[in-house]
Amino acid sequence: MELIQVIREYLYFFTTIALVVILYAYILHLYRSEKRGEADYEKYGRLALDDELSDKPIEENIKKESEKRESIKES
Amino acid sequence: MQTNPALEYDYSISKLFLYATIVFGIVGLLLGVVIAFQMAIPQLNYLAGEYGTFGRLRPLHTSGIIFGFTLSGIWAGWYYIGQRVLKISYNEYPFLKAIGYIHFWLYIVLMALAVVSLFAGMTTSKEYSELVWPLDLLVVVVWVLWGVSLFGSMGVRREKTLYISLWYFIATFVAIAALFIFNNLQIPTYFVSGYGAWTHSISLYAGTNDALVQWWFGHNAVAFLFTAAIIALIYYFLPKESGQPIFSYKLSLYSFWGMMFVYIWAGGHHLIYSTVPDWMQTMGSVFSVILILPSWGTAINMLLTMKGQWHQLKESPIIKFLVLASTFYMLSTLEGPIQSIKSVNALAHFTDWIPGHVHDGTLGWVGFMIIAACYHMVPRMYKREIYSGKLMEAQFWIQTTGIVLYFSSMWIAGITQGMMWRATDEFGSLAYSFIDTVTVLIPYYMIRAIGGLLYLIGFIMFTYNIIMTIVASKEIDKEPQYATPIAAR
Repeated sequence: MELIQVIREYLYFFTTIALVVILYAYILHLYRSEKRGEADYEKYGRLALDDELSDKPIEENIKKESEKRESIKES
Repeated sequence: MQTNPALEYDYSISKLFLYATIVFGIVGLLLGVVIAFQMAIPQLNYLAGEYGTFGRLRPLHTSGIIFGFTLSGIWAGWYYIGQRVLKISYNEYPFLKAIGYIHFWLYIVLMALAVVSLFAGMTTSKEYSELVWPLDLLVVVVWVLWGVSLFGSMGVRREKTLYISLWYFIATFVAIAALFIFNNLQIPTYFVSGYGAWTHSISLYAGTNDALVQWWFGHNAVAFLFTAAIIALIYYFLPKESGQPIFSYKLSLYSFWGMMFVYIWAGGHHLIYSTVPDWMQTMGSVFSVILILPSWGTAINMLLTMKGQWHQLKESPIIKFLVLASTFYMLSTLEGPIQSIKSVNALAHFTDWIPGHVHDGTLGWVGFMIIAACYHMVPRMYKREIYSGKLMEAQFWIQTTGIVLYFSSMWIAGITQGMMWRATDEFGSLAYSFIDTVTVLIPYYMIRAIGGLLYLIGFIMFTYNIIMTIVASKEIDKEPQYATPIAAR
């Protein structure tokens, strides 16, 4: 029983550390990828504002569009 | 000019859920007011025999508000927001539309059976999970139908990126599914032993384990219905109504993952100083305090979205509701962690400070957010301006006064109660008996009941305004882009 207790304590400690590292790594990832020009997260804020059916999607779902084109071709 | 219906959003399912939101809102709040007056005037328990007692009505109030009013509001929001941020219309997808209708009607059947069975006294006696096992199975079907709608809609989306609100809807769906199943694992006694009613069951867990699972569920029902899904709503409605993009989209993503990591561990704070292992109580306490960070990350993000636009707070009653909702979210997510600290919990546990805290969140945050969402959606659904701005202003102040009366009376009552329970004389004997605390709390119970009544009055004003908007308000030519048009009357 004592061994389980010890394992549990270590597990709890290291899991907490791992979660903290993961969360901080996530912030770094967000800011770094914006700095390197790989992503622009802030543009997604427009998703709520430009939400008419006639508005151009911010990023077109390519798979969906190609499916649509194929179904038009078939018909 | 003829318009192609396939090119318009389909609001029919959202409208149905909107009606349900209003009906459950009135019923749930009315029951709340009745039981609040019963606390102040105990004779009111005997108005309708067994059907009118506090014990019978309380689960109807909580279930009516959580699973009736709030869930309907969330789903009205989903069937409205989902199409818009995915840029699809249910007019193009008859299957998804049919799923939406089945989802709504099965949910209504479930809620009707829930009301009847709870009135009849059929209960598992688990807080917020009182429904008998056959109804639990129906809950699973309703939930799966929502999942089909949620993921089905995402599967056919034109917009590649899922907006942050959808992340929160997904979190609500996944978390509640897991919580509900594990909390409701039970054995129908009749089918195992041949004894008792066929609807009766006992929990699969016993004693402390049962309590732990119960509060893992109970607290996370708050986390994922009253928090995650309501955040989903505010992340759409506040930016859209104000015409401002979210202050920091990165902060919204980060707060999301922060909340997902932390919230699920906090339930143990309901069992501090119980038979639960001490490390688990500490964990519940610590995670509750850490939870301030992601919660305030979201709330501050909302308030900063209004940066440079604070004049809108004066001009638009909808923005008033939304900003006050964010503010109450900040208040209750600070108050909750404070109550979770072990030494504070020693005073606060089992006192009226706890329902006081819950109602900051439900009346201020959840209620105001859903009310604002309805005010935003209805003019767009019916192509009419809101019937009366003055009525909205009056409603806002009446309901805000109601909330302040509610939580301030419960703070004073709770701390008084806690202090009296702990007070000892010079010999170490308890200074007060339990009934002394009850007597002293009666005036506060009365103030609380009046606060609740004010909130109900405000909700009836809201209902009237919505009905008049639908049937008698001035028509508008096209859907407004941002701010909702409101008549000056």
